[in-house]
Amino acid sequence: MSASLFNALLELGDDHLIIGHRMSEWCGHAPLLEEDLAMPNMALDMIGASRSLYTYSGELEGKGRDEDQLAYLRLDREYKNCLLAERPNEDFAHTMLKQLYFAAFMEPYWQAALNSSDATIRGIAGKAVKEVAYHIRHAGEWVIRLGDGTEESMSRMAEAVVEMHPYVEELFTMSEDAKACAAAGQLPDRETLRNAFEQTISNIFDQALLEVPAVPFPQLGGRTGHHGEEMGHLLSQLQYVQRAYPGMSW
Amino acid sequence: MSNETPLWEVFIRPRNGLSHKHCGSLHAADEVMALQAARDTYTRRGEGLSVWVVPSKAIFASDPDQAAENFEPGVDKVYRHPTFYDIPDEVGHM
Amino acid sequence: MYSQGLIGADGKTEETAEFLAAFQARIDREEKIEPNDPMPEGYRKTLVRQIGQHAHSEIVGMLPEGNWITRAPSLRRKAALLAKVQDEGGHGLYLYSAAETLGVTREQMTEELISGKAKYSSIFNYPTPTWADMGTIGWLVDGAAIMNQIPLCRCSYGPYARAMIRVCKEESFHQRQGYELLISLCNGTPEQKEMAHDSINRWWWPSLMMFGPHDADSSHSEQSMKWKIKRFSNDELRQKFIDATIPQAEYLGLTVPDPDLKWNPEKNNGKGGYDHGEINWDEFWQVVKGHGQMNRDRIKARKKAWNDGEWVRDAALAHAEKRANRQQAHAAE
Repeated sequence: MSASLFNALLELGDDHLIIGHRMSEWCGHAPLLEEDLAMPNMALDMIGASRSLYTYSGELEGKGRDEDQLAYLRLDREYKNCLLAERPNEDFAHTMLKQLYFAAFMEPYWQAALNSSDATIRGIAGKAVKEVAYHIRHAGEWVIRLGDGTEESMSRMAEAVVEMHPYVEELFTMSEDAKACAAAGQLPDRETLRNAFEQTISNIFDQALLEVPAVPFPQLGGRTGHHGEEMGHLLSQLQYVQRAYPGMSW
Repeated sequence: MSNETPLWEVFIRPRNGLSHKHCGSLHAADEVMALQAARDTYTRRGEGLSVWVVPSKAIFASDPDQAAENFEPGVDKVYRHPTFYDIPDEVGHM
Repeated sequence: MYSQGLIGADGKTEETAEFLAAFQARIDREEKIEPNDPMPEGYRKTLVRQIGQHAHSEIVGMLPEGNWITRAPSLRRKAALLAKVQDEGGHGLYLYSAAETLGVTREQMTEELISGKAKYSSIFNYPTPTWADMGTIGWLVDGAAIMNQIPLCRCSYGPYARAMIRVCKEESFHQRQGYELLISLCNGTPEQKEMAHDSINRWWWPSLMMFGPHDADSSHSEQSMKWKIKRFSNDELRQKFIDATIPQAEYLGLTVPDPDLKWNPEKNNGKGGYDHGEINWDEFWQVVKGHGQMNRDRIKARKKAWNDGEWVRDAALAHAEKRANRQQAHAAE
């Protein structure tokens, strides 16, 4: 079994679960009711993708671990999500910007993955690419409205960009596992997606009256399990029932 | 009272060949967000493949107090219906 | 809404005896009343209150279950719970839309909720301390709601009836999701079974209270029944619910916390039904009056969401205005 593919799929699975989990925290607290429907839709897309990714990686591993054992029972340092995903929701501007960054990256990623040498990955990509295309539109329209809205929204959106942009570079950084999978044609080479990402972001930022900031020191470390402090609290919530009632079926 | 977000009426076409049908309303600041909200609110179970949104204030409705004069005169003009006309059987189907 | 211009456009519909009789005759003929139709002020007011309360209940109802989304113990349960809570938001939205056809705005209704002026179903003032509550709420609370909602699909006011049809279509997944969750607990370990048992002990009586006071103590019921806004009495629905639910509890191997529960073959015109103990009406009124365990926290949460979201709503409106101005300026060129 390909250890590289297993690990690279966990990276993707964790990205999707953690970002979906964060988005789901808004449920019941959105700024308007229509967003209490829109955000769960995006969260369900993310969680759904994570399930396909975890299930496939568990099959590849061949040790009988299913989606839940992978999602719920690893230790803090074993999660491989990018740091962007675990960033706390902060406010609506941060949340929409985070989703825009992630979707603007994942759309060309899944497009490229439609040509994967792996049939299961092609299947996952076929579904996911449509989902993230919508996320770009929904999150993008909000970034525009908040960036070019009122004084308060403009200042919050600008602050969100300053805070979150340092986490973007990690999306293009490849672990050894990701590199091996790219070489084998199973998963896309992340570096090749930069142009498409930058085009999407600059198009939306122009309309949102936002500047893409220079980032002298990007924040990295998620792929090797070097997470921030919020991750532990997130996992405390996520894992609580499984840890308090070990070995049971839900 | 906080600022009011406009109300929109939503119409969905379930599949090609059928017309758009009114299915409810929602709030959005503009037509782009209204279309997206309609997708998230009214098509979660594959209910349709085309959505129209119309600002509620753009809809003009007939006055129910005028229903009798609007609609009853049409009811008894039976000569508008094919069954009013007698075509002999030997002519065949017409 | 498309009715705003017409309700009261003629000044005021004069409520003569003839007008009221003609209106009642329409109701009796099972005709649907639509937004522009002339209607007694009492009919309109009752509907605004009832639909509003129903909508608020759905929105507040997102909170007790939303409480467990981040801690759902499997990805399948997580997705199902998130989809269910999302549906509840959707139901609130359909119902606010229905109420808006009667000349009230969503903003007005929201401000009445967070000011404490408007009521919502008291069941949501109970806490959800354990995961098993996610099953019990789906099974009992949604089950009770379904019992109330199916007759409402035939209520006399068109937009409300249509909203209820939509709601009922979505609601049956809610009850099945909850019941299936309890099946997995009751087929599980002793700890899981105990979690389920504890949950039903806390939710049984409040679920029965959802049907409201005894018929004799219910002030609005008679007129609402005449106007076909309400189609069955509180006690009728409550009995129906108990009779349907006890076999479901037996299947789970759970007993409800009512020592007076007893099968009575004479009940329901000889078809048989369950006799049950008396509801603690002190607790009922206490919670209705705002002194339940979660009353304050529910309103606090809704107030916070609304207030914290104001800058977002304002930004969207500001942007829409800018866009409209730009389009006008562009068209003028």
